[in-house]
Amino acid sequence: MARVRIENLKKYFGEVKALDGITLDIEDGEFLVLLGPSGCGKTTLLRSVSGLESVTSGKIFFNDKDVTNLQPKDRNISMVFQSYAVWPHMKVRDNIGYPMKIKGHSKEEIERRVNWAANMLNISELLDRYPSQLSGGQRQRVAVARAIVLNPAVLLMDEPLSNLDALLRVKMRSELKKLQEELGVTTIYVTHDQVEAMTMGDRIAVMNRGKLQQVGTASEIYHKPVNMFVAGFIGSPQMNFLRAKTVSDGTKAILKGHGVDIPISSDPGLEEVVVGIRPEHIGLGKGEVSFEATVFFIEKLMSSTIIHSTLEDGKEIVSMIPGDHEFKNGEKVTMSFSTEKIHLFDPKTERRIEI
Amino acid sequence: MLKKLFFWIAVILIAMWFLTPIVMIFLAAFTPAEDYYNPHKIIPSHLTFEHLYKLLFLLDGWKSIIISVEVALIAIGLSFLIGLPAGYAMARYKFKGKRAINLTILLTRSIPLIVVAVPLIVIYMKVGLSDTVLGVALAHTAMILPFVVLITSSIFSGISVEYEEAGMVFGLTHFQSFVKITLPLALPGLAASAIYSFIMSWNEVFVASILTLTNRTLPAHILNTAMASPDYFKFAAGVMMAVPAMIFIFFTRKYLISMWGISLK
Amino acid sequence: MTPFLQLRRGVIDLKGKSAAIWFLLLPTIIYLSVFIGYPLFKTFVMAMSGEERPFDTFYRMFHDQTFWNALKNTLFLTAVIVPIQLVLAIALALFINKKFRGYTFLLYLIIIPLALSDITAALMSYTMFSPMGYVNKILINLGAINKPIYFFGYMFKTREFWIVVLTEIWRATPLVFVIILAGLQSINKEYLEAADIFGFSRSQKLFKVVLPLLKPSIMSALLMRTLFAFQIFGVVWMLAGRDIPVLAGETYYQYTFLNDEKMAAAYSMIIAVITLIISYFYLTTLRSKHLEEGVR
Repeated sequence: MARVRIENLKKYFGEVKALDGITLDIEDGEFLVLLGPSGCGKTTLLRSVSGLESVTSGKIFFNDKDVTNLQPKDRNISMVFQSYAVWPHMKVRDNIGYPMKIKGHSKEEIERRVNWAANMLNISELLDRYPSQLSGGQRQRVAVARAIVLNPAVLLMDEPLSNLDALLRVKMRSELKKLQEELGVTTIYVTHDQVEAMTMGDRIAVMNRGKLQQVGTASEIYHKPVNMFVAGFIGSPQMNFLRAKTVSDGTKAILKGHGVDIPISSDPGLEEVVVGIRPEHIGLGKGEVSFEATVFFIEKLMSSTIIHSTLEDGKEIVSMIPGDHEFKNGEKVTMSFSTEKIHLFDPKTERRIEI
Repeated sequence: MLKKLFFWIAVILIAMWFLTPIVMIFLAAFTPAEDYYNPHKIIPSHLTFEHLYKLLFLLDGWKSIIISVEVALIAIGLSFLIGLPAGYAMARYKFKGKRAINLTILLTRSIPLIVVAVPLIVIYMKVGLSDTVLGVALAHTAMILPFVVLITSSIFSGISVEYEEAGMVFGLTHFQSFVKITLPLALPGLAASAIYSFIMSWNEVFVASILTLTNRTLPAHILNTAMASPDYFKFAAGVMMAVPAMIFIFFTRKYLISMWGISLK
Repeated sequence: MTPFLQLRRGVIDLKGKSAAIWFLLLPTIIYLSVFIGYPLFKTFVMAMSGEERPFDTFYRMFHDQTFWNALKNTLFLTAVIVPIQLVLAIALALFINKKFRGYTFLLYLIIIPLALSDITAALMSYTMFSPMGYVNKILINLGAINKPIYFFGYMFKTREFWIVVLTEIWRATPLVFVIILAGLQSINKEYLEAADIFGFSRSQKLFKVVLPLLKPSIMSALLMRTLFAFQIFGVVWMLAGRDIPVLAGETYYQYTFLNDEKMAAAYSMIIAVITLIISYFYLTTLRSKHLEEGVR
C-alpha cells in the first residue's frame, strides 16, 4: 500500500517531449486510470513509475520515499503488461510463484500464495499447464495472478484488456475492479478506451501530448471538462462543437452560430465562443433551444438512435435519441437542448469558460 | 491422372538427384581395392572398413579430425563469447552508429576469408602462431563472428523484450533477467547456430590450408594429400568429413530450417 | 489523431548508460578490426609494394596470361552457374511449397548439401566421373562404351569445366533454395487469393504475382551467390587442379607453391575488390527489401 507522488516529471527522447512536466498525487488504495490517445505519454508515465524507463528530470515518491533512481526490482511494484509477458518456458504455477522465488520465500509459503492468487483469478485448474496451452484470456489472468501474489506497493497495468475480445473485455473489467477493491492496492491503469476508464477508475487522468489535461472523477470529467480536448475525448458519440458569436445588450446575451440562437444568463466576455453540446443531451421536438436539421445518416442501436444531420449552413450535428426511431435521409427534424447542458469554450485557448 | 504421374516422377528425380552422390561416395569409401579397380564390378561383393581404418590410423586421419574438432570448438566458443553480447546490443538498443555497425558487419561477412589468409599467415609467422590449432581457430572465429552477431541479433529480436522487463519488475536485475529468462528461450536457436557454425569451421579448407603445414584440419589434409593417395582413401576421407556434419544437420534440421525463415506448418 | 510519439517497443531504455552498450559491442569491433580489418589493409599494402616500384606486382600480374585466364574462368563459371542455380532453386521452392504429403522428407534431402564442404562435393563427383568411376563402370557394363570416358585431365578441360559446373550446382543450389523458399513463404497469401478472385491463370499467377513479390529474395540470393561464386576454390582445385585456373586457386598456388606472398596478395585483392563492388549492390538492394510490402 502506498501513496504515489509524481513531481514535475519530464521525459525527453532526444528532441521529443514524451512527458512534459507531470505532477500527480495518487492516494493509497486508489484506482487511477491514465487515459488518452496513442502517443499521449500515458504508457511512458507508467513505465517511468515502474522504473523501466528512466526520467530526464522530476521525482517519484512512494510514501515519501524517493524511488526515482531505483531499479524496478527495488520499488516493490508489480506490473501487468499489454502482451501479458507470461514466461513461455515455465508452467503457470511457476510463473505466478516466480516473484516470490526470486525474493527467497519458502516453498510452502510460495505454494500457499500461488494457490490463493490462482483462486482469486479462477485459474486453479490451469496451474500445471504451459502458457502455450492457454487462451489469451487465461494468460491474462495468469499475468494478473503473478502481479498480486506478493502484495505490491503499487500495481501497474498497461492496457491489459486491449487484446481481449469484446465480451471477455467487459467481463474482465468488472473482475479486475472488484479484485482491486478487495485487495486495496494502489493501482495505476493505462488505457485508451474511455469506457474502461469511466467504469473502472476512482479518478481519471486524461493526458495529451505529454501533459495532464485533467484529473478527476468520471463525473467531474464528463460534466465539467476543462478544455475542448477532454470534452471531445470523453463521451461517445463525440460532443458537438458549434462556433458562435456573442450578441449582448448589457444584461442578457445570445450566442448565435450556424443559425441557432442560444440565450445565456451572463456575458461570457468574448466575441466568439465555442459551444459544446453532447449528442445525448439533444432531444426530439421543441425545447429551450430549438433548431431544424436535415438528416443524412442514421445509426440504429435499437436502445437508442444516433442521428447525423446538418444545420441550415451545412454544419454537421450529431444527436442521440433514446429508443428506436425511423428517419429518412433528407427529412427535416426539429430537435432541441437545454442551456443547462451546454459547455462554453474559448476558441483560442480551448479552455472552459464558466458562466 | 497424368499429373500425378509427373508429380511422382518429379519427386523421385529430385530425391535421386540429391541422394545419388552421397550414396556413391559412401559406396566408394567402403569398396575394397580389388573391386574398385575391377572395371566390371560396380557393386562391391562386400563392404570393407579398411580404407577408413588406414586413413584414420596410418595416414594421420585421426590427428586431423581431432585438430578440426579443436579448431571448431575454440572458434565457436570464442565467437559466441564475443559475438553474443554484440548481437544482444543490436537487438535491444537503438543508438547512434547502429546502422554503420550493422553495415560493417554485413560487409565483413562478405569479405572472402581468402583475402585475409595471406597476410594473416605472414603475421602469424612473426608471432609464432603459424601451423597452430589456435592460429586456425582465431581465423575461423573471424569468419564465424559476423554470422554469430547477425543471427543472435535476429534470435533476440524474436524474443519479446517484455519477458525481460517482467523479470526486471518482479525482482531481477537486467543481467539476471537476460540469463534466467531470455537465454533459456533463445537456447534452441543458439544451439542451431552453434551447430551451423561448427559445420562452417569443419568444412573450411582454404584458410586452414594456408595457415598450417603439419597440424592440418581434415579438409586441409585431404586437399594436400589428394594428389598422392589412391582414390579410395580420398573417398574415405570425404565420408569422414561428411558424416559428422550430416549427423548434426539431421538432429537439428527443424531448428535450422526455422533459422532460415522457413515454416513447416 | 496522429500519434504524437512513436513508442519504441522492443527497445530497452538506456538509463544513461550508453557506455554499457559499447562494452557489449567493443570486443566484436576490436576482433574484426584486428583479424579482418588489419589483414585486409596488409593485403593491400603487400599487393601494392614491389621490388623496384609500387604496383610492380600488379604489373607482373596483368602481364601474366594466367591471370587473365583465371579472371575469365572465374567470371565464366559464375555467369554459367549462378543463373542455373537460381532457376533450379525457384523451381524447387515452388514445388516444395505446395506442401504435399511427405514434403518434409524431400526438404531434408535438399538441405543435406549444406552440411558438406566443397571438397566433399568434389570427391563425390570424382567417384562418379573418374575413369574408375560409377558412370564409366555402368556404361562399360551396359556395353555402351569400350573404354572409359575421361572427364578429367588437361586434355579434357572442357569436360572438366562442365563437371565443375555440375558439382557446384549440386552443392550450392540448396543455399539459394533456402533463401527463396523463405521468401516464398513470407508472401502474403492475400495477394494470391486476390489473383484467384480476379481469374488469373496458373502461369499468370506465377509470373505476375509470385515472381515480382519474390524479387527481394531473388536479388538477395543472386547477389550473395555471385559473391561466393567468385571465391570458388575447392571444387575446381580438386577436380581440375590448375587446368582451369581461378582467382582463388591462383592465390593459393602463388603462395603455397611459388612462395610469392605479394602475388598471392595481389590476386586476393582482385577478389576483394570484386567482392566489395558486389556487396555494395547487395546492401543497397537489400534495403529495398524492407520497403516491399507483402514480404516479411
